[in-house]
Amino acid sequence: MILAYVLLFIRLVLKNRKGISMKKSIEDVSKKKNVKKVSRRKFVKLTAAAAGVAAGSNLITGFPAVHASGQITLRYLSTAVNQHPGIAKKARDVLGINVQYIPVTTDEVTKRIITQPNSFDIVDSEYFSLKKLMPTGNLVGIDAKRIKEMNNIVTAFTKGEVNGKKIGDQGTAPKKVLYLKGANSTEFSSTPTDHVTLIPTVYNADTLGIRPDLIKRPINSWTELLNPEFKGKASILNIPSIGIMDAAMVVEAMGEYKYPDKGNMTKKEIDLTMKILTEAKKAGQFRAFWSDFNESVNLMASGEVVIQSMWAPAITAVKSKGIPCVYQPLKEGYRAWAAGFGLPSTLKGKKLDAAYEFINWFLSGWAGAYLNRQGYYSAVLPTAKKYMEAYEWAYWMEGKPATQDIKSPSGALLAKTGETRDGGSYNDRMGAVKCWNAVMDENKYMVRSWNKFIAA
Amino acid sequence: MNMVFKFSKSLKFDWLIIPYSAVFLFFFIVPVTLVVIVSFWDYTEYSIIPDFIFLNYIEIFEDCFNLEKDLCVTLKTYWSTLVYCFLTWIFTILIGFTIAYFLAFHVSSLSLQIVLFLICTIPFWTSNVIRMISWIPLLGRNGLINQILISSGLVSEPQEWLMYSGFSVVLAFVHLYTLFMIVPIFNSMIKIDKSLIEAASDSGANRWQTLWQVIIPLSKPGIVIGSIFVITIVMGDFITIGIMGGQQIASVGKIINVQMNYLQFPAAAANAVILIFTTLLIIWGMTKMIDIRKEL
Repeated sequence: MILAYVLLFIRLVLKNRKGISMKKSIEDVSKKKNVKKVSRRKFVKLTAAAAGVAAGSNLITGFPAVHASGQITLRYLSTAVNQHPGIAKKARDVLGINVQYIPVTTDEVTKRIITQPNSFDIVDSEYFSLKKLMPTGNLVGIDAKRIKEMNNIVTAFTKGEVNGKKIGDQGTAPKKVLYLKGANSTEFSSTPTDHVTLIPTVYNADTLGIRPDLIKRPINSWTELLNPEFKGKASILNIPSIGIMDAAMVVEAMGEYKYPDKGNMTKKEIDLTMKILTEAKKAGQFRAFWSDFNESVNLMASGEVVIQSMWAPAITAVKSKGIPCVYQPLKEGYRAWAAGFGLPSTLKGKKLDAAYEFINWFLSGWAGAYLNRQGYYSAVLPTAKKYMEAYEWAYWMEGKPATQDIKSPSGALLAKTGETRDGGSYNDRMGAVKCWNAVMDENKYMVRSWNKFIAA
Repeated sequence: MNMVFKFSKSLKFDWLIIPYSAVFLFFFIVPVTLVVIVSFWDYTEYSIIPDFIFLNYIEIFEDCFNLEKDLCVTLKTYWSTLVYCFLTWIFTILIGFTIAYFLAFHVSSLSLQIVLFLICTIPFWTSNVIRMISWIPLLGRNGLINQILISSGLVSEPQEWLMYSGFSVVLAFVHLYTLFMIVPIFNSMIKIDKSLIEAASDSGANRWQTLWQVIIPLSKPGIVIGSIFVITIVMGDFITIGIMGGQQIASVGKIINVQMNYLQFPAAAANAVILIFTTLLIIWGMTKMIDIRKEL
């Protein structure tokens, strides 16, 4: 559009010139025509050059779409946060499968599966979307017998347990939606079957992120998010279905109300939650809301916000700028999320085999270790352990102090010797999960209430 | 209708309207018709169901006729969107007119005009999101302006209204969209016959009188076209208001965006129909003030 504007302008100016030259005396006409021609030719040259540049850049971006013959390409749909170039590169080296990432936002993943089910070959989707996804029949049950590590998938998914103890299952806990009644069934099975909706890739326990250097006192409860002490310095995420869960954690921590299921509120419960949030907003509690991962990083790194709902990789991003940031464990527990691989029901033949091959490789350890080193958790822990150094495993999974500097897969320093992971070990963090990201039965009403809250 | 009729009278031009009509049909009439149709459909979490219901519209205006309560969400949102629209419009006209005037009447060399014009396009050299995130180091709590204000002793506390406020939203809009005002106004201005200005000064008009009585009336079509650009863009915007307003300020575009993300296409379509209607109403009002077709 802007290019069109520039061209329009140049055309106008040239026209203007022409107008002026016409007014000049008649004997000059032939000479003037020459001038006009030159400037026109120049203009054409310029535009041709611009068009050339545009065409060139198209060629460059289009290039990766050209593949070596015979190599299978898997179009991998997910959010950008789950798409690690390192994993795609390794998959190409080991399996010869070309993984082509399609990065979109969380909501867009869901939208794509429902509206364009042929635009991808494998999807990494969040479990909470499944309630919307499965009734469409666009995803097929994954054959558990073809997944080598099926029996080693962490119990948080299969049984809702961590270290033998039950964890919170409010909201869309993976165990509620992990199995289907049949390969092409659209109904969830409460007991294990051989037809799996999603094979887990990553999951984590989310909590509040804080700037310890600006808060200067211990934080240990969700209530602090609405504490007037942080007036104008707090933030919450503007993704309604997740934001309302964080709000519910705060409301419950304040002792205002105890939800039977935070992930499936009644209209009254939604009203109550939004009323408390609206009052806080009107009192100026929030500096800003965020809906994009990078926005949360900027808010925190710039000091605009000192306490907010946050995702683990965002904490890492703030820390890697040398700014102190803590993923603060809170006494009320965590809100968890999980994502996994799903396959479109139209996938067939070689591509289907390649997808299974890729999933099996993903669970076989190298990718798991890669994810664990980023602060996520992987689905099969014993295989990932084989690919991690003992000191890394001790820091990330056992909550022990680092005996050497801890680095991310890209080599950035994440923790110095002697530091421990925020929230401690896997068992401490995942064991304290209280609820899971969810889609409520009253989702329509919730979205409208959230829009009201933003307008308030 | 009128134009089509005029063209068909002289057969020579008949085929010329076909490409434009086709573009207009496929990229405007068909999509808008679809939006209107879908706005009457029903929906679930994962599907849209062909139907003919008014529920989507009723839900938009729910509570709006209950006078005891506060203003309903829809009216509140439209009100705030209109206020930003108006402020942006005023500032872009003032700044855009001044720059166009300078370019048209005070810069005589062609290359300098082009260079200066390219400078006006600088705001578009980076992506929208990066451009808006870059405001934080300038306007933020610990930003450059606050540092200057504090170190010069003008204020003792950082000024928080600079960022994530109505101020920053209008600032970003003006920064972005003044260009859309400059080009049409410039276009109108270079069409002004220079002898008219000479005649004005020969008749003893001073610079202000020339500006008010000659240049502004003759630039009106440009001002109206620029206003249409700015108003339609600002009415539908949700990214700028979202980022610069810290997502705490509602806009009609944002409501539609949220509904689209939650696959509530019919509800979003109903909102879009009302938005299109409102915007058309504003533009209709402007074209009543001046007949663009005649002036072009």
